[in-house]
Amino acid sequence: MRHLLSISDLTKVQAISILDTATELARVSDGAVKKLPTLRGRTIVNLFAEDSTRTRISFEAAAKRLSADVINFSAKGSSLSKGESLKDTALTLQAMGADAVVIRHSASGAPQRLADSDWMTGSVINAGDGTHEHPSQALLDAFTIRKHCAKGGVDLDGIRVAIVGDILHSRVARSNVLLLNLLGARVTLVAPPTLLPVGVESWPVKISYDLDKVIGNVDVVMMLRVQQERMNDLFFPNTREYSRYFGLNADRLKLMSHDSIVMHPGPMNRGLEITAEVADSARSVIVEQVANGVSVRMAILYVLLAGGPLESGGK
Amino acid sequence: MSLHRYLIKGATMPDGRVTDLLIVRGLIHTVSPKILDADAIVIEAKGSVLLPGLVDLHTHLRQPGREDAETILSGSQAGAKGGFTALSAMANTSPVADNAGVVEQVFRLGQQAGLVDVFPIGAVTQGLEGLVLAEIGAMADSLARVRVFSDDGNCVFDPLVMRRGLEYIKKFDGVIAQHAQEPRLTVGSQMNEGEVSAILGLKGWPAIAEEAIIARDVLLVDHVKSRLHICHVTTAGGVEIIRWAKARGINVTAEVTPHHLLLTDELARSYDPLFKVNPPLRTERDVMALREGLADGTIDIVATDHAPHSSESKECEWHEASFGMLALETALSIVQKTMVDSHLMSWEQVADRLSSAPARIAGYSDHGRNLEVGAIANITIIDPSASWIVDRDLTASKSRNTPFHGYELPGIVTYTFFKGVPTLFAGALVQGDES
Repeated sequence: MRHLLSISDLTKVQAISILDTATELARVSDGAVKKLPTLRGRTIVNLFAEDSTRTRISFEAAAKRLSADVINFSAKGSSLSKGESLKDTALTLQAMGADAVVIRHSASGAPQRLADSDWMTGSVINAGDGTHEHPSQALLDAFTIRKHCAKGGVDLDGIRVAIVGDILHSRVARSNVLLLNLLGARVTLVAPPTLLPVGVESWPVKISYDLDKVIGNVDVVMMLRVQQERMNDLFFPNTREYSRYFGLNADRLKLMSHDSIVMHPGPMNRGLEITAEVADSARSVIVEQVANGVSVRMAILYVLLAGGPLESGGK
Repeated sequence: MSLHRYLIKGATMPDGRVTDLLIVRGLIHTVSPKILDADAIVIEAKGSVLLPGLVDLHTHLRQPGREDAETILSGSQAGAKGGFTALSAMANTSPVADNAGVVEQVFRLGQQAGLVDVFPIGAVTQGLEGLVLAEIGAMADSLARVRVFSDDGNCVFDPLVMRRGLEYIKKFDGVIAQHAQEPRLTVGSQMNEGEVSAILGLKGWPAIAEEAIIARDVLLVDHVKSRLHICHVTTAGGVEIIRWAKARGINVTAEVTPHHLLLTDELARSYDPLFKVNPPLRTERDVMALREGLADGTIDIVATDHAPHSSESKECEWHEASFGMLALETALSIVQKTMVDSHLMSWEQVADRLSSAPARIAGYSDHGRNLEVGAIANITIIDPSASWIVDRDLTASKSRNTPFHGYELPGIVTYTFFKGVPTLFAGALVQGDES
């Protein structure tokens, strides 16, 4: 495996081996010495053509814990904001000897363009592209779900997950649908009809417009952020009505089964898709998702750049 | 030997007859099985098919304004190489061809190049903005004698503007070629809306955005008794609406591009903008409906929508890339592959869909004529049994954005005669005049 562009690049065995590697690496992070020498001398570029503080620092922390040299290349104030093309940026990174590029981009497919081109030879890791995919987020979500709900199983067989909100524009949802399905989970998408893509019928999921009917019958409720720019584009009448039908609040929390969890990829709109009460409740694993993100991204870098999974009990 | 006499030996006419054909001083002089002429340049054409010179009703030649992507000369060369003797230059140049000055310039540059007839298409509205009618009369009465009007690239979206345009062109026996795209349903759209766009996270372009305009405009043109041509139909539903309209006697014609006869939205999975085109590639079901519609005459013609773009417009993210693909040099091969080799159409029908019918729609009286004694010798020769591999570095076009690079295609255009003079001879371009 050279690139991670889409969850569809992964087999079930590969996905599980990333999660297992992340488990091993999390143990290192919990130890006294947090750093591994694995990627010493390797250069990883964080190419963030779209702002995203949390994903960038998560990848940065992951790379540094593996002793890689990290270069951050962000949109603001860089040549990217001066209209430099993706091609010229890639040629520049190639000339600098980047072993891997972690790319966040507003255009769907931009990571695949980098990977398929002859502009650069390093590994390409998709850190979120447009409304396409966000595979590292899906892997950290699966890691979190496995920890809480899999009862020691290696995959997510039979675990019921509801993904709630703006499916149409969500790269998190697309990657999660693919990965959760690959790992045996049963996914229900809950959204207003306006925020489901035409063509969703062919996805391996159930569809519902009614959160109240779904919420009592799932192990995981994954809330999606409602982007500010959707609010004035006719997808729903107003935010209050959206919250009433699709927001997760204390009343709905009571409908959830007792060992179920609440997730959110962040950043949250408190009071819109999730209330503060729910976000800060005992059910919420939202902060833990962030911590798991570093371990999972270490695992991704490890598998792609060190050439294979970390064996259990090794190093 | 005389440069004014060409003897084509043993070729197959569109109707299947095998014959010799003698061109003398620009005209078809003799058509007969055994012609002897000691003065003529002899072309052995056994196994090759003779067609009336191809006529394209939809070409982007980019001049004036984007001479880095194509010029009227380079586009004419690409046309000659593809077997065309007439091109119709779309109005979305910079400045826009919405006045007599620009259309006369385009017309004159076409004549200077001298490889094909370049007929300018005039804009329907000023600046292609869809708000105010362009100077249709001035363009119609200019040296270029414009008869086809189109805002192609943009849809004449306002129903009142479309109605007035359709009414006004009746004075000039004109036709409006509509780019059917409901703008509100396609804000920011990137590719066909369906299963593939859902997975790729590229903003969908629903078939209904095309079909709604086709439906509206066939009703409008029926009401005002004018003439409507639908550019690049891409959907099965669009074919159905046009079939219905024709059955009702409505005066509408339609075109399909070669790429929509072959390619589908599955190709977007590569995120390679070579496959980004307006209107977008659709599904297999649509492709099959378009082929059927072309074969049964619901769709009257094949038009190329040849759309050259500089490399930086395609070597980028899908979102950033321009819409469009090269088509002139591959058009006839793709029609052979999709329609003839699949036994959906005869060569006689190819002659109709790529020459006679477009010439008739646009009123190009020197083109699309049967290959008969006395006709102007606009003739294309194709060797249908040969095949070739498309190489973007060998295009006559100034641009390289062919989606068929590396494809093996059937049928090699070997000769193109424009007014009795070869513009393509044994597969080699006879250079046009740049001066």
